Amino acid sequence: MLSWLTEPFASPIVQRALVELLILSLACGPLGVWVLLYRDAYAAESMSHGMLPGLVVAALAGAPLLLGAVAGVLVAATAIALVARDQRLGADVGVAICVSTLFGLGGMLALSPASPPRLQELLFGDLLGIGGGDVAVAGALAGGVALALLAGHRSLALVGFDRGSAPSLGARPLRWELALLAVLAVTTVAAVQGLGNLLLVALVLAPATAALSLARRLAAALALSVALSALAGTAGLLLSFHLEVAAGASVAACAVAMALLALLVPAGRLSH
Amino acid sequence: MKRVDAGAHPREGRSGARGVVVRGLSGGYEPGRDALSEVSFAAEPGQIVGVLGPNGGGKTTLFRALLGELPIRRGEVELPGGPAYVPQTERARLDFPVSALDVVLMGAYARTPWFRRIARRDRDAARAVLERIGLADEADASFGALSGGQRQRVLIGRALLQDAPVLLLDEPLSGVDGVSAARIDALFAELRAERRTLLVATHDVRQAGEWDRVLCLHGRQVDYGRPAAVLSPETLRETYGAELIVLEGGGRAVGVGHHAH
Repeated sequence: MLSWLTEPFASPIVQRALVELLILSLACGPLGVWVLLYRDAYAAESMSHGMLPGLVVAALAGAPLLLGAVAGVLVAATAIALVARDQRLGADVGVAICVSTLFGLGGMLALSPASPPRLQELLFGDLLGIGGGDVAVAGALAGGVALALLAGHRSLALVGFDRGSAPSLGARPLRWELALLAVLAVTTVAAVQGLGNLLLVALVLAPATAALSLARRLAAALALSVALSALAGTAGLLLSFHLEVAAGASVAACAVAMALLALLVPAGRLSH
Repeated sequence: MKRVDAGAHPREGRSGARGVVVRGLSGGYEPGRDALSEVSFAAEPGQIVGVLGPNGGGKTTLFRALLGELPIRRGEVELPGGPAYVPQTERARLDFPVSALDVVLMGAYARTPWFRRIARRDRDAARAVLERIGLADEADASFGALSGGQRQRVLIGRALLQDAPVLLLDEPLSGVDGVSAARIDALFAELRAERRTLLVATHDVRQAGEWDRVLCLHGRQVDYGRPAAVLSPETLRETYGAELIVLEGGGRAVGVGHHAH
């Protein structure tokens, strides 16, 4: 039994993947809770899907994936912001159009005969191919995200709970809503290497869904979300090793399974 | 607009015994379209002002102006310190994972640096506030699980912890249970004794008649003064327009059959 748990982590490749996932948990865990409380889940999905063209162009040009991710997120965010301003469409339709267009464009570029066969890696990540440098970059980004969320904790709570009263209590709503989206963008960039732009949303939203359905207090929900996110990462790697399935997909599956289990527990069960 | 916030910290500000002074206030949300115009009144410390008017009559716009959040403002506002705002309960999220105590503590966030724990003094004060609003036993209850009246009391408790010299309350008594209404009434009396100034937006003319001053708004200021002088059928008709039914009682209007909800 013990060796079933330890054996996979004997290899430095899996060790690096585990460190990467634990680091990402520190950012994705608390961020997911805020994203759900701010009803930004759709934005989270849109942002990570919309950056595909940036990733593909970076892959084609042989540039670092990180650079493509940053450019992709910026382009997606700008396009969404511009289209969402059109009163005739409404924000949701605007976002949907942008994301479909960008995702389609990314797919078209990636599937052209001239492209190297890396689309899969961009969509689903490459946890086991992660190098020490990648871990360091993810660590710096995730650390920044965790610190920013900690520093903004009270202001985010004021705005999320009661937007209209927040200014008189010391927090400007628009500033913090945009700050949360910026933090979301940074997290997306940090996680794309490991989990790909389709699966990273699972590590942001699924553990947070579970945490919010189990905990009744904000601090408890944030801490629980980090723990569940780390647990999903670890369990995912174990499953992937023993069942010989893709690592990123296993992690996402574990996170989503946790969310489903938590939703079956009666509300507030673990709060006292 | 000139906005004078004398008495930098509310804690020290009250002894200065200055109330709210508004001179020629106009403003709104879009250029060229004032939601409110020509408002001028002075409320002293320890006064409760009932703010009357139809929906869209400018009650909320006035509060936004006093909070410094109205995009377009002309005229002058003098305040003894930043006002606390108490919204209608349905403005606060019911699904947010916070307890009654957590919400009251939000009143201390503005004076707490992000890297510090909330001061011991403020945590003790929050417990005392829960005691005062009659919810000491519900400290750990989820905000969303409380009754409407209890939630309203918690939001007032948050403003109490802010310790502001001026409180702006948006329909604090509409749709609350009897126990909560009685408790809120008693709190108003205490706040008045503490020399704070309260502006209370309400649809209940009878209630406003029991307070110190009444401000009638209908896009502009219709009248301001003592209830006995202001609450005449003519003024109320001008304030509410055609929706008004006045019940005469002892020579003055005491009730209005206005229900916009």
